[in-house]
This record gives sequence, C-alpha cells and structure tokens, in this order.
Amino acid sequence: MSVLVFADASNNGKVKKASFEATYFASQIAQQTGGKCVVLSLKADDDSKQKLAHAGAQKIINITNDIPAISDVSVAAKMLLKYAQTEGIKDVVLPNDSQGKAVASYLAGLLNTGIAPAVTSLVSINGSTYVFKRNVFSGKAYAQISISSDKKIITLLPNSLQIQWNVQNTAEIKDITENDNYTPRVIVKSVEKTTTGGNVPLPEAEIVVSGGRGLKGPENWGIIEDLAKALGAATACSRPVADAHWRPHHEHVGQTGTTIRPYLYIAIGISGAIQHLAGVSGSKTIVVINTDKEAPFFKAADYGIVGDAFEVVPKLTEAIKKFKASQQ
Amino acid sequence: MKILVPIAQVPDTTAKISFTDNNTKFNATGVQFIINPYDEWYALVRALELKEAGLAQKVSVIHVGLADADATIRKALALGADDSFRIDTDPADAYVVAQQLAQFIKNNPYELILMGKETISYNSGVAAGILAGLLDYPYIANASKLDINGNTAVAHQDIEGGYQVVECALPVVISANKGMAEQRIPNMKGIMAARTKPLQVIPAYPVNIITKYEQFELAPGRSACKFIDPNNVEELVHLLHTEAKVI
Repeated sequence: MSVLVFADASNNGKVKKASFEATYFASQIAQQTGGKCVVLSLKADDDSKQKLAHAGAQKIINITNDIPAISDVSVAAKMLLKYAQTEGIKDVVLPNDSQGKAVASYLAGLLNTGIAPAVTSLVSINGSTYVFKRNVFSGKAYAQISISSDKKIITLLPNSLQIQWNVQNTAEIKDITENDNYTPRVIVKSVEKTTTGGNVPLPEAEIVVSGGRGLKGPENWGIIEDLAKALGAATACSRPVADAHWRPHHEHVGQTGTTIRPYLYIAIGISGAIQHLAGVSGSKTIVVINTDKEAPFFKAADYGIVGDAFEVVPKLTEAIKKFKASQQ
Repeated sequence: MKILVPIAQVPDTTAKISFTDNNTKFNATGVQFIINPYDEWYALVRALELKEAGLAQKVSVIHVGLADADATIRKALALGADDSFRIDTDPADAYVVAQQLAQFIKNNPYELILMGKETISYNSGVAAGILAGLLDYPYIANASKLDINGNTAVAHQDIEGGYQVVECALPVVISANKGMAEQRIPNMKGIMAARTKPLQVIPAYPVNIITKYEQFELAPGRSACKFIDPNNVEELVHLLHTEAKVI
C-alpha cells in the first residue's frame, strides 16, 4: 500500500522538520506494506525536494502555484483528497503540528473515516490493521491504538523519531501547476510572530528553556532568552506565568497548555506541579534549576541544580557558549 | 446566532491514572470526572461571554456519552448554558463523537460550534476537525481569541511561533485554545437554575468505531536526579554532552 504525505513549504520554500519526519515514517509504513512513499508538497525548493528523497520519498508531486492551504485547512484537505484519489492511495501521514493535525482531521471527516492521531511509533501491521504507539493522559501513560478502516489517516508527533537519512535515495519529481480553483473560506488578515529565543517553534524544538514564578517578573526573562539563544532553544513557561500575562499563553507548557517532548528541557524556577509535569514528561532529558531543594520537580529530573536562578543561569549561558565555541 | 458547545468528560487533572482488565481499560474507580478544561474554561466561557454581550441568543451544550456524565453536564448548565443534550452512547473515539455531533447538527443547525482543542485524557485533538470535515463547514483550529462581527467570526489562530488573525463567515467550527477566556466558578444561583434547565437525552446514531485502544502502560519514572554544584555549571554542560548526549 502506498502512503501519501503532505508537506507544505509555501511559507518560504523550506519543508519543515516535522514533515521530513512524517515522510520518513510514511516510507517505513510503505516498505512494510509493499507500497511507495509519495509526497504532495507545496512550493518546495530544490534543496527541500532532495531532502524529502533522502528522508524516503520515492515520488514527489510539487505544486508550484499559490494555494491558500495555510489559511484554510479545508482547502489543503480537499487538495490532498484529490491527489490521494488520483494516485490511488488510501494511507495518509501528516505531521502532528498545528496545520498537520487540522488538515488530517478535516480530511478524515471528508473521507468519513477515523484517524490515529499524534502517534510516536509503529508497533505492527497485520493485514488492514495498523497498530501505533501514542501518549495519553498528557504523557502520564502510553497506549497502543489500532486503526482498521479501509482508508487510514495518521499524524506523527514531532520529535518522535530519528530520521535515518539516505543520501543515495532519489525520487521521481513532478513539478505541477494545480489548476483547480480553491476558494478559501477562512481568510488570513495578518500573521503575528511571537517566538523569541532563536525563532524556534515550541512543539518542534529539540531544546526548550522554560521559566516559572521563581523568575519573579517578566522583566527578568532576559536570562531565559539568553540561555535559549546560546542553545538554539525555544522558550516556554509554566501556567502561573502565562496566567499572570508575564509571557504569552502559547508559551505555556503543561496539561492545559502545550505538550512537548524535546530532547532537552531546562526548567528554571518551576516547582513542578503534576499538571506541568504532565506536559513535559516526554522530554528525553530534564534539567531543573530551583532554589528550593524540596521542589517536586527534582523527582522528575535527570539533572538538578539547587541554586539561585539569577546567579546560576547566566553562568550556565556562558559555559554553553564556551562549549559551543570549542565544538566549532 | 446560536452557539453549540460540545463538552467531553475527563478525569480530574490531579487524578491518579491506572488501568484494569490486563491494562486494556482506564480504571475509573475512585476517579473524579470534570468537564474537559479546554471545553469549559475557554469554549463554554467564551460562548457565554458572547451571549452576555448580546452577540448570541442561545448557548447549548452537548455531550456524547452515557448517563454517568449527567452531573458533568449540569455543571455546564450551572455556569450559564441555556440547555443541554446528551447523545446516549459510549464516546469510543474521536470519530464516533464527531459523527454523533455531525448528525445532531444536521438536524439542529447552529451558526457556531465551539469546543476545546483537545481533551486532557486522550489528547487526540481531532474531533473538531473531523466534525468540520463531515459537515463541510470551515474550521478554525487552536483559536486563542474569538470575536463575532455581524455574520463573521474573527479569531486569533495559534500556529507555531505565533498566531494569525483570521476571518470566516458563519457557520464555522472553532476549537478553543488557552487564552480565549478565563475560567469561571459557578455561583449558587447558577447551580440552582441548572436543576431545572433542559437536559435532553438523544438516542445514538449507528456509527462504526474506527480506532481502538488495545493496551495501556504507565510512563516509566526517571532514575534519581543527579545534583550538580551551582558553582560548577561546566559539569552540567559536560554531562549533557557526554552522558545525556543532548547538546
């Protein structure tokens, strides 16, 4: 069974990391089911197309004209549906980022079928039943979910796998103009960027530096941003910080904010309430810096420093800079 | 304009998670259930605010689930919803929930369907999108701000690294993210009024279940935390590089 991936690069021609991961994941499913990995990309540049091939794409259909897919997910879903039908493909994989999840779920509705959302790995394929692993209860537990519909929609949680790039891989590349007229119903009036700390989007970030009430006020966030910049990390915060409007709501990680699973999570001045831990427990390595040695977060941490953030964090930033310089 | 707020029932945020039947079912024994926070704090409260501002005439809540959820639905009525519906079936997966809602909405049209971006139990975050696809309504996901301007919804749609200001003519399905409204506590008047507000139980539509949870396991705990001298942060950098291999 061939597998179709959607990779929207219309923003700047660059395919996102989460879409390469989805492509690699789809190629593994295709391999097991004896099919091909086909990518439908939007305005991908040559470099991105080559990298899609290296990630496992065997065929790339690249649409070169403007399609309002970012603004209206139903447009992306309808276009994806059309190419799934013309290519005769029943399995579709998207990254579980904000756009991917919305497009995938809309597509499931159009197809009148279900979806295996935010999976982290493939467990087994047995005939028409696929079993995946995913996180449930905000990271407090794992589950195996099976999907057995004729048409399958799957989204892959970002940072769930390491792509094995194969630079020998080549793909059949078709650059085409999409002639169907898609009229968007949702219109984007403006785009506001709120990312700090090296412009890394939070859910995809490999390293996240996060601050809590221990920082005492929004004016002290400079030390968080400096450390994030030194590490190439995204910045995040705890719920009380977002509720007090020290930081924007989208930076709130936790059970009722964003769930993240970076390789490295550095929590500064965060006590570690159960709801916060739920949103970050999928992180590979957790570092906690807190003045209170009884803070519950230390029980969930791999490395801890008991100390004053205003002294420790600037020192850590300098040490990271020195380390980075020594690696070049 | 009429607003429909689908609500899910989830274990309380502090509930201890465990499983029964050979780790194939969630163990609900002793667990307190609440309205899914994204549905309650953001979607329902914003719907009520729009009504209070004279922009909506009616706010209905709907739940797909069994009779044990009636107390949860009454809480939504206590917060200020005008009436409520329960579609009487097990909410087996997001597709089942979306299908039941779609069938209901086809027979009972609402201009705005406003629900949380995901449940804090299964964290799927796809019911709203499937619902929009089934109805072929436009869909705004992850909205952290919502206003209604005549026949148009104006929203801040959260995306990676920021948000986009979007506009869409009604009817529309919108999923609510943190920031859209602030949590409210029901007052005594609301709690009393909720007792007599309508809760209509509707038989389920026949729907196939597409996905199934086969097996659960608790996330493993971490090994003991390694403490590092605050005067020797170089040691932390060294360990992150050589031991954890994350930088």
